[in-house]
Order: sequence, then structure tokens, then C-alpha cells
Amino acid sequence: MACVADLLRVEHLTVAPAANPQRLLVKDVSFALAAGRTTCIVGESGSGKSLTALSVMGLLPPALQRFSGNIIFQGNSITGFSNAQMCDVRGKRIGMIFQEPMTSLNPVLTVGYQIGEPLVAHLGLSGKVLQTRIAELLERVGIPPERAGSYPDELSGGQRQRVMIAMSIACEPAMLIADEPTTALDVTVQAQILALLAELKSRMNMGMLFITHDFGVVADIADDVLVMFRGEIVESGSVTDVLSSPQHPYTRALLDCVPDIEGKKPLKPIDYSWLNEAVV
Amino acid sequence: MSDIILSGKGLIKTYRQRSGKFGFGATIIKALDDVSISVRQGDTLAVVGESGSGKSTLARCLLQLQPLDAGEVLFEGRDLAALSGKELRAVRRDLQMVFQDPFASLNPRMKVGDIVGEGLVIHGLGDVQERRTKVMHMLERVGLAASDMGKYPHEFSGGQRQRIGIARALVLQPKLVVCDEPVSALDVSIQAQILLLLKELQREMGLSYLFISHDLRVIRHVADEVVVMHRGRVVEQGAVEDLYANPREEYTQNLLNSIPGRHRQAA
Repeated sequence: MACVADLLRVEHLTVAPAANPQRLLVKDVSFALAAGRTTCIVGESGSGKSLTALSVMGLLPPALQRFSGNIIFQGNSITGFSNAQMCDVRGKRIGMIFQEPMTSLNPVLTVGYQIGEPLVAHLGLSGKVLQTRIAELLERVGIPPERAGSYPDELSGGQRQRVMIAMSIACEPAMLIADEPTTALDVTVQAQILALLAELKSRMNMGMLFITHDFGVVADIADDVLVMFRGEIVESGSVTDVLSSPQHPYTRALLDCVPDIEGKKPLKPIDYSWLNEAVV
Repeated sequence: MSDIILSGKGLIKTYRQRSGKFGFGATIIKALDDVSISVRQGDTLAVVGESGSGKSTLARCLLQLQPLDAGEVLFEGRDLAALSGKELRAVRRDLQMVFQDPFASLNPRMKVGDIVGEGLVIHGLGDVQERRTKVMHMLERVGLAASDMGKYPHEFSGGQRQRIGIARALVLQPKLVVCDEPVSALDVSIQAQILLLLKELQREMGLSYLFISHDLRVIRHVADEVVVMHRGRVVEQGAVEDLYANPREEYTQNLLNSIPGRHRQAA
């Protein structure tokens, strides 16, 4: 049952390698995301957080397969969409930002051209209208519009990520998926990019699905949190609840690993053998 | 007050970078601009800075892996730049390094036992049997099994590889270890394991650490003293508690304010 208020609803999503359906990489994952809200998926490498996001966009690697589950976006089930239909969703109604701004941008095309690509492909803009829109987008992400003629290598890491953000919001998508967008950046730049994303989210009333392994980033940007462990959501709730009174043993263990700024809390690595017993 | 084991005075290192049309111009980049630091025996000096601040150049120059333009590096009172190649090699036994990327810093064609034991061979320590025993003990000490000696690096996870890198550095029983972003490529749970391991080993073996990181939360946990670098200069330095509680310089304040999650934790 799709609730109209939800922008995105993922129901019982299961992903496994096509060759080995027993090895579940994402197990029965369900969650919902409303417009104007940010949901963070947090977990360690291999927890299935990126695969969950890729499934939503229909971009799973060919060796992996979605074995069950339904993904409902703006009231429509997009799981049955053809590739052509998905192309209309991706980049237009769902924007995407990835971790590494250098590898996600084409080094031989100017950033202005690359920001214009989705505008040409999805909205058919051209000429002066296109140039004006590119300048507007650059300005909105805090880059002087004159830089439209620059190539990616002429920009700093933070500026490249701003270009990626400009591309992803070019068609004013209803939802933004950000997969570790600040992991490769310096802390001060990270803080700027997080502030920019939060501002754009509220101004454009986007729903944001934000993937990270950093609880500090979660604290800064999330409204709701999903904690994933070995392909399953082990805990979900509002950011205050999850961070201040975590219920699941894995969430507690993961939070105990995070060094605090006061340096008072002793670091406690996860004892997986204990966790296995606690979870079962 | 403990003794200074390693110090750098007035370190200067510049790079020339081609710039302008077709690279005909040249810009001088000051990677180290009159930097002075000192590491106390048994302590951890952390160097924090953003990319391009010169923190890795500092580490490499201190270990004489890169020549300095000017300045003096004293290790246990000896000027490293004045040493002959042979003397320097002998001193290197006491100065080891743990690298950031556990995937790039281990030779994929060598077995773990050979990787960890290579330093012993180079420095001519012990016979085959003694070396073998030392490597086995060291592997067990860092949380791996003696039977891992015959395996190759690709058979291990990122955290385990970092343990191999630590074993390789520590098997020589060095006095000072330079850790260049040793946990930045690791998951937070693995990061905690490695940080605790480094601390335990420091206590057991009386090691001094020069710990390079961009992560202020990690530094808060491992450091005794902190040096903040920005554009090749030392902006501020001091004891870790003081610096975090009362940062004097605007740049340090800005860095500390950018730590993700800070505002929520403070509330």
C-alpha cells in the first residue's frame, strides 16, 4: 500500500548475486522517505547501504539481481519500469551525487557543459536559456558563473563536488540520492558541502537519501536514520532517538567506536563474537 | 619533562610547479615554510592539516625520504642530513613508517612473512630461524596468526592489511614510528581496533609516534601534543587538551568547528 505522503517507499527489498541467490546482500529492507526530509543510511563497508541506493535508481551491477521487493516513487512502482522509463526518472526526478568528484566528472568537458547535459537531455533546453540556467545553477552552489568554461582539473575537490551537486539538482528533482558525498573532502569543505545540501533540500523541498559511514555527518544532516548491518536494517528512527538512545546492540557498538571530540570516552572496537550472540 | 627524540628546526621545502600557458611559467609552492617541531620520547605528536597543508611532506622530509631545502633534523641528537648513506640506513631501523593505504603499501607478490621479515634481512638481524620466530611473534602480537606468514596480502581485509603494515614497522623494534593517516581508509569499527593496537604497542615497546591525520576526532584520542598546519606553516601547537579547549588561532577554531556532529554532541 503506497502512502501518498511518501515520496519514496521501499518495500521488502532483497538483493543477491544472480549466480548465488542464497547469499543475500540486502535482506528484506523497507523504509519510506518524505519530501523535505533527509534519511541517512549508515553502516560499515559491505553492510548493503550503497546497494540499497543503487537498487532505488535501478543501477545495480549486472552480476547482482533484485530478487524481491517493490520500490514506489511518487506513487508509482518503478520496479517494473523499462530502461527507457528509468532514464526519465534518473537525473530528472531523482538526482544523484557520488563520493569521488574527480572520477564522476568527465575531464575533457567543461563543467558548464556537464551541468548542461541533463538540461538538454531531459528538458530540451538550448541556446541562451540553457546558458542562463547553467549560470544560475553554478551561482546556487556557490561557484562564480564565469567558471562554466573551466575543466574539472582546474577546480578544487570541494568545487568539483559543488559542480556534481549543480548537475544533480539541474532538473529540480523531487529526490536526491547522495552516496558518501563528503568522504573524500577536507573537514572544513565537508562542513560547507553539508550546509549547502541542507539548504538546497529545504529550499527545493527535496527528499534526500544520504549514505554515510560517519555518525558525525549523520548528526549534522539527518532527520531520520537507518542503521544497516550485514544487509539488514537493524534500527531505524529519528536522529535524536538513534544517536542518544540506540536500541540495537549493533548500533550501540558502532557508536562506541566513534572517537568523541572531548576524548573522554574510551574507544571500544566491536566484539563481533559477542554481537553474533546478542543479535541471535 | 621527557627527552626530545626527534626534532626538526626551520624546515623549508619548496616545489616548482609548471603553470600558465603550456606550462611555460613556474610557480614556487612552499610545502614547508619554516616549520619546527619536536617529538618527546614515548609521546605522540600529531600533525593535523587539510590536504595541501604540507603534513605528509613534513613526515617524508623528517625521515629523509625527500631532501630538504633548508633546516635541520635531529634524531637522538644526531643530524640526519649529515649522515652518510650507510649510517642513515642503520638509523632507519629506529625510524619506521606506517602508511595510509593498506592496499597500495604491501607488495602483492610477496608473502606476508617475507614482507614483515624483509627489514630484518636488510638490517642483517638474526639467522633464518630467529627471523622466522620474530616475524611469527610480531604477527601474533598485532592480532594475526603465525600461519598467516605463508599468505599473500590480497587474502586479507583492509584492517588486517594495516596490521601487517604495523607488524612490518615494529618487527625491527624501532624507537619512532611515523604513522601517515594509518586509519583514514578504514571503517570506524576497524579504526577503533587499530588505534587501540597502536596505543598498546606504544606502551609496551616505549615507542614515540609522529601521527599524521586530517581527522580531529582521531587525533583527540591518540595525541599528547598537536601541531596544526596550514599552507606549509605551523599555525598553532600545544598540548591536546589545551588546544581543543582553547584554540587561539582562527584557523584552528574553524577546523574544530567543522568536525561533523560537534554541535549535536555539545548540545
